[in-house]
Amino acid sequence: MNALLFNSTLVIYAAATTFYLGYLVKPTDVLGKLGRWCIRIGFLVHCGFTLNRYLEAGHTPITNLHESLSFFSLAVVGIFIVFESRYKSFILGSFVVPLALLILATSAAFSSVIPPLNPALKSKWLAVHTGMAFLGYAAFAISFGVSIMYLIQSHFLKKRKLGPMFQKLPPLDMLDDISYRCLTIGFPLLTFAIISGAIWAETAWGTYWSWDPKETWSLITWFIYAALLHGRLTTGWRGRKAAMLSIFGFFIVIFTFLGVNLLLGGLHSYK
Amino acid sequence: MNIIVVGLSHKTAAVEIREKVAFAPTQMEKPLSAVVALPDITEAVIVSTCNRVEIYATTRDVAGGMARLKRFLADYHGLSLEMLDSHLYSYHGEDATRHVFRVASSLDSMVVGEPQILGQIKTSYGYAAEYKSSGIILNRFLHKAFSVAKRVRTETKIASSAVSVAFAAVELAKKIFGELSDKTVLLIGAGEMCELAAKHFINTGVRGVMVTNRTFERAEKLAQEFDARPIRFENLLDELPKADIILSSTGAPHFIIHEKEVAEVIRRRRMKPMFFIDIAVPRDIDPKVNDVENVYLYTVDDLNGVVATNLEQRKIEAAKAEAIVEQEIGQFFKWLSSLEVTPTIVALRTRFDEIRKAELAKTLSGWKNLPPDAEKKLEALTNAYMNKLLHQPTSVLKRSEQGNRNDLYVDALRNLFDLEAGGAQENMVDLEE
Repeated sequence: MNALLFNSTLVIYAAATTFYLGYLVKPTDVLGKLGRWCIRIGFLVHCGFTLNRYLEAGHTPITNLHESLSFFSLAVVGIFIVFESRYKSFILGSFVVPLALLILATSAAFSSVIPPLNPALKSKWLAVHTGMAFLGYAAFAISFGVSIMYLIQSHFLKKRKLGPMFQKLPPLDMLDDISYRCLTIGFPLLTFAIISGAIWAETAWGTYWSWDPKETWSLITWFIYAALLHGRLTTGWRGRKAAMLSIFGFFIVIFTFLGVNLLLGGLHSYK
Repeated sequence: MNIIVVGLSHKTAAVEIREKVAFAPTQMEKPLSAVVALPDITEAVIVSTCNRVEIYATTRDVAGGMARLKRFLADYHGLSLEMLDSHLYSYHGEDATRHVFRVASSLDSMVVGEPQILGQIKTSYGYAAEYKSSGIILNRFLHKAFSVAKRVRTETKIASSAVSVAFAAVELAKKIFGELSDKTVLLIGAGEMCELAAKHFINTGVRGVMVTNRTFERAEKLAQEFDARPIRFENLLDELPKADIILSSTGAPHFIIHEKEVAEVIRRRRMKPMFFIDIAVPRDIDPKVNDVENVYLYTVDDLNGVVATNLEQRKIEAAKAEAIVEQEIGQFFKWLSSLEVTPTIVALRTRFDEIRKAELAKTLSGWKNLPPDAEKKLEALTNAYMNKLLHQPTSVLKRSEQGNRNDLYVDALRNLFDLEAGGAQENMVDLEE
């Protein structure tokens, strides 16, 4: 059942990605609508998978790389659906949905066996801490996709390449707005994830902060996004520079998540 | 019943002729009632815009009807028909339908895809409806034309791209800012194209307009026209940060806005994007301004390039639109031909007879010990009953064919008894939209 739901999600996301990328090549409403329905159905199936996994395991299914990548992808799709219906722009999907598919496909590369729960994770904090962290990552992922769109659109405008792709991409200010909104969602979530992690660490390991690689890199991520938001509020960092920093920030997020787990090890590296 | 079209347009007549045959929009009652008073003309709609004057009418006598409409156009405006005739075109049947569908879809316009014509035809139809010169056929005909135009608009990109420099500037601004309602436009200098662009921005809806000129009096004068705020030229750099969209066309022989100044301005604007449109020749704005972060500079040549590409695009879209028009002509004719009297009488009789036979069979099947000739008698009774019922409406319908009332009756009958009619149930476009 688990495998069936997971594989169905993968197939439906792949279909959605095909439609959305097709939309990029030939922007017809039919492709956009197909993509939209696929991703919505896929989201429901994905929710079903996550719920089923929760019931089978008996704890929040974000305890290893397979589960957390899947949840990451689910959060990206969920937030994307909200933004897409709000801004009514199919082309957002062309930049965000492939990312969600990529994350889910990576998840498939890791073992999906439900291991006995690591005793250290047996806590009510598990859901809060990991859930918030990945929702925050997902918001940053969308900001990343939208920032790429911003750079492309701004390039078109500067170089006066006003082709069909330019026509389909949303206005610069709208992209900037979406990216900023994502940051205002993602940043508090990341902050709470770090704080809840510290509280949990105190109860589990007896210390709030132990400079574990994950903790260090989370703090670096936090500082990057804090700088981005601060710059925007004070000197008005927006447009191209903000987009580039958001893209950079997301690479750090990926490293904090995957790089630390796979390369650096430490207390957080559940494989 | 036939639909005929007689008229002239920018394609057949110069403006000197067009203005002579134009009808004043405020006084449409007189010409409309004059046209429907013509012999053999039953319904009429007059469309009069600066680019075309056309009469749509229904008649039983195509050749005579056209001749009378032409004569009417000449006489009404006190012109000689010999002079006017060479500029007039006339269509009937399928060609008339195609012509009106194309006009409403803006395929026959001077600038293909321009959006005004549909509204103008709707207004013209509004007069005809108000003065009751249009009836069942033209009502349906024009509503069909509106729905075709709507289909063309939504299914093709015929009107989606700007084909004038002024519109192109507005479209580009929308691609940068999205909504323009909270944006401020600054006009530097004066000039026809610059003012036209400013008008387009105002029509789109911007928050405010500022105007500056080397001579402050001229700025004040222009400001009054646009309901704008005049600014002294010396204060330009102080006011520049307040402007999101800058239209410049001064006669200055050198650049008046430089990269360094704009870099400073954008910093003061906290990096909010700016859109410069340089319409002046020689240019007003240093091209290096485009290199400043979050600043976009377009010259008149850039905008002309945009327009040229869009015009090419429209040609492709127009071909798609023609295909839609052809498709819809067929549908409309199916309905029009259903308005003929004889097939309607046949359909009505068939419908009655079906009911009669069905009820008779039902009665007979449940009836035991039937007297030997009862079945025959019942058959005769129901037949006679049906014929008596149908006699009166049938003869009224046949008589109506001479009196030109038949369309109304036929359409009502087809609706009341749900007789098969081409596309009778299809959606109509609301006139008000």
